[in-house]
Amino acid sequence: MNGARQKLLDFVIAQADDAMVLGQRLSEWCSNAPYLEEDLALTNVALDYVGRAKMFYEYASKLEAGKRSADDIAFLRDGRDFRNLLIMELPIGDFAFSMARQFLVDVFNLEYMALLQQSSDAEVAAIAGKAVKESRYHLRRSHEWVLRLGDGTEESHARMQKGLDELWGYIDELFVNTDAEVALIKEGVAIDRALLRDSWSNQVEAVLQEATLSKPGVEWTVTGGRQGIHTEHFGHMLAEMQFLQRAYPGLEW
Amino acid sequence: MTTTSDFPLFEIFIRSNRGLDHKHVGSLHAKDYEQALEYARDCYTRRSEGVSIWVVKSSDIVASQEEDAVSFYDPMDDKPYRHASYYKLPEAVNNM
Amino acid sequence: MADYRMNEAELEKVFQDRIDDEQKIEPKDWMPDTYRKNLIRQMSQHAHSEVIGMQPEGNWITRAPSLRRKMILLAKVQDEAGHGLYIYSAAETLGISREEMVQALHDGKAKYASIFNYPSLTWADVGAIGWLVDGAAIVNQITLQRTSYGPYARAMVRVCKEESFHQRQGYESLLVLASGSKEQQQMAQDALNRWWWPSLMMFGPHDAESAHSAQSMKWKIKRKSNDELRQAFVDQTVPQAQYLGLTIPDPKLKWNEERGHYDFGEIDWDEFYRVINGNGLCNRQRIVHHRRAHDNGAWVREAVEAYDEKQKARKQQAA
Repeated sequence: MNGARQKLLDFVIAQADDAMVLGQRLSEWCSNAPYLEEDLALTNVALDYVGRAKMFYEYASKLEAGKRSADDIAFLRDGRDFRNLLIMELPIGDFAFSMARQFLVDVFNLEYMALLQQSSDAEVAAIAGKAVKESRYHLRRSHEWVLRLGDGTEESHARMQKGLDELWGYIDELFVNTDAEVALIKEGVAIDRALLRDSWSNQVEAVLQEATLSKPGVEWTVTGGRQGIHTEHFGHMLAEMQFLQRAYPGLEW
Repeated sequence: MTTTSDFPLFEIFIRSNRGLDHKHVGSLHAKDYEQALEYARDCYTRRSEGVSIWVVKSSDIVASQEEDAVSFYDPMDDKPYRHASYYKLPEAVNNM
Repeated sequence: MADYRMNEAELEKVFQDRIDDEQKIEPKDWMPDTYRKNLIRQMSQHAHSEVIGMQPEGNWITRAPSLRRKMILLAKVQDEAGHGLYIYSAAETLGISREEMVQALHDGKAKYASIFNYPSLTWADVGAIGWLVDGAAIVNQITLQRTSYGPYARAMVRVCKEESFHQRQGYESLLVLASGSKEQQQMAQDALNRWWWPSLMMFGPHDAESAHSAQSMKWKIKRKSNDELRQAFVDQTVPQAQYLGLTIPDPKLKWNEERGHYDFGEIDWDEFYRVINGNGLCNRQRIVHHRRAHDNGAWVREAVEAYDEKQKARKQQAA
C-alpha cells in the first residue's frame, strides 16, 4: 500500500473506531434508561453510531482490497491498534455523564461532519453526509438534556457539573490532527480539527451558561487514543465486544 | 418520587405519506411538546413510517360521550342520500 | 329517551351483543368492571413481558459477533421497548397509569411471560429466542389483532407488523449456526434443547386448568384457547427445526395423520409452576434489573419535572 493510501486508511479507521466505541458504550444503556421512551431514543443514537462505524469499516476494508473484512477490523484488533478518541471509550457513568459526553461530542460532530461532507474523497463525503443528519438530531436531544439536567434539580445540576468536570480533560484531543490528517487536509480529504475549536467553545459555553452550569476549571488534559494509548477501561470493553470472535476464531455468524 | 405518570400523556398522529391524513398511532409520555415530538419520532417512526407528526395532549382531546351517541350519530343514519350507493344508475354509467 | 338510563343488566347485554357482533369496545364505552380488570391484567402482563424480554437478549448486545448482528439485535430489543410502550399506552385508556402497572410488577403483583426467567447463556440463545419465543408470541398476537378491545387490537396490529422481522432474524441467525462449525451446531442444538419446552409453556396451562380462559373467550379478549395456539405453534415449528437439521427434544413428537397435527409430549407442569412462582433462575435478577433502572432514573425524571416548572414560571413572568 502506498503512503497516501495508508494515510487515508488510518484516517478512515480512526473515524470508524470513534463511532464504534461510542456506539458500543451507548448500547449499554439498552434496558437501563430512566424510562421507556428514553430507552428507545438512546438505542436509536447507538444504532446510528454502529451504522456509521460499519460504513467506515467497510470503506477501510475496501481500501485494503478486502484483506480484512469490516468485521475483522472491528473484532480482531487489540486495543493498541484502536485509534478512537479517549472520550468515546469512557464507561457510561450515570445518565448525566452520558448525556454530557453526547453533548460535547455532538457539538463537535455536527460541525465536523458538515465540513467533511465537502471531502474530496467521495466515500468519506457520503458517510459524512449521512452523519450530519444524524448529528443534528443527536445534538437537539443532548442539548435539551444538558438544559434539563443543568437547570433541573440540585441533584441533577450537581451530577451534570460533575460529568462535565470529569470529561473536560478529554476535550483537547478532539482538536488534534494526526499525521495522517495533516497530510489529508492538504489534499482536501480531511478537515482541520484545530479550526473548529473556537466555534465549539462558543456553542458549548453558551449552552452551559443557559443551563446554569460552569465551564469546568480543570487544568488537566490527556490524549493518547489516536496513538493507541487508551484508558484501562478500554481493554475490558474490547474483551466483551470481541468475545465471540476471539473464542471461536474464523467463523461466520 | 417523580414518575413518568407525572409526564402528561400525548396522543401521536402520523402522516405516513404526503397527501394522506394524519392517523392516530398511539400515545406516549413526555414533559412537553418538543420532547413528545422527539419521542414520537423514536417510538413510532422507527421504520420511517412518517413524513409528518402531530402530538396532542391527551387531556386536550374532547371526545363525544357514549350517552351522546344516540343524538350524535343516529340522526345521520337516516340520510342515506348522502351515500353514493343510494343512487341506482344504469349499468352503462354505473362506474361513476 | 334522553333521560333514560339503562340498568347494569341492560348495559351488559348491549356490551355483550356488541362483542358477539364482532364490534370493538372502545375506551369510552360502558364495560363490566371485570372486563376492565381482566384486560388490565392481560395487557399489563403483556407489556411487562415485552419490557422484561429486553433483558435476556439485551444481555448479548455488547457481545454480538458482527456489526450486522449487533445492529439487528439493537433494533430488535428496541422494538421490544416500543411494543411495551404501545401496550402500556393502550392499557392506560382503561384508566390505569403506567406507573401503577410498573409498581405492580415491582411488587410481584403483576406477572410477565415466565420464559424470560430462563437465562440466555450463549449467542445461539439470541437466535432461539427470536425463532421460538417470538414465534410463539406471534401465534398468540396474530389472534389478538381481533381482540375485542379496540386500543389493544390496534396495538397488536402494529406489533405484529414489526414482529415478523424478529422471528426471521432469529431463524436466520440459527441457520448460520446450524450450517457452521461443529461447535456452532452444538450451540444451536443446545439452545433448542433449553428453549423448546419453555416456549410451549408460554401458551399457559391446558384449557381445562386455565383460570381466566373461559370468560376471556366469551368476551373475545382471547380468541383462541391455550391448547389450540400451542398446537398451531408446534405444527409450524417442527418443519422449521427439520430444515435447520436440529432435533426437537421430545421423543413423543410425531405426526398424526388422522388429526392432521403433530402429537407431542406432556409439558413438565411442575417446572412451569415452579418458575411462575418465582423459582426460575432469573426471576429475581429480572425484577432487580428493572427496578434498578427505574430507581436510577428517579432523579432524571425529577429534574425534567423541575426544569419544566421553571420554564413555565419564566414564561409567565415574561407574559
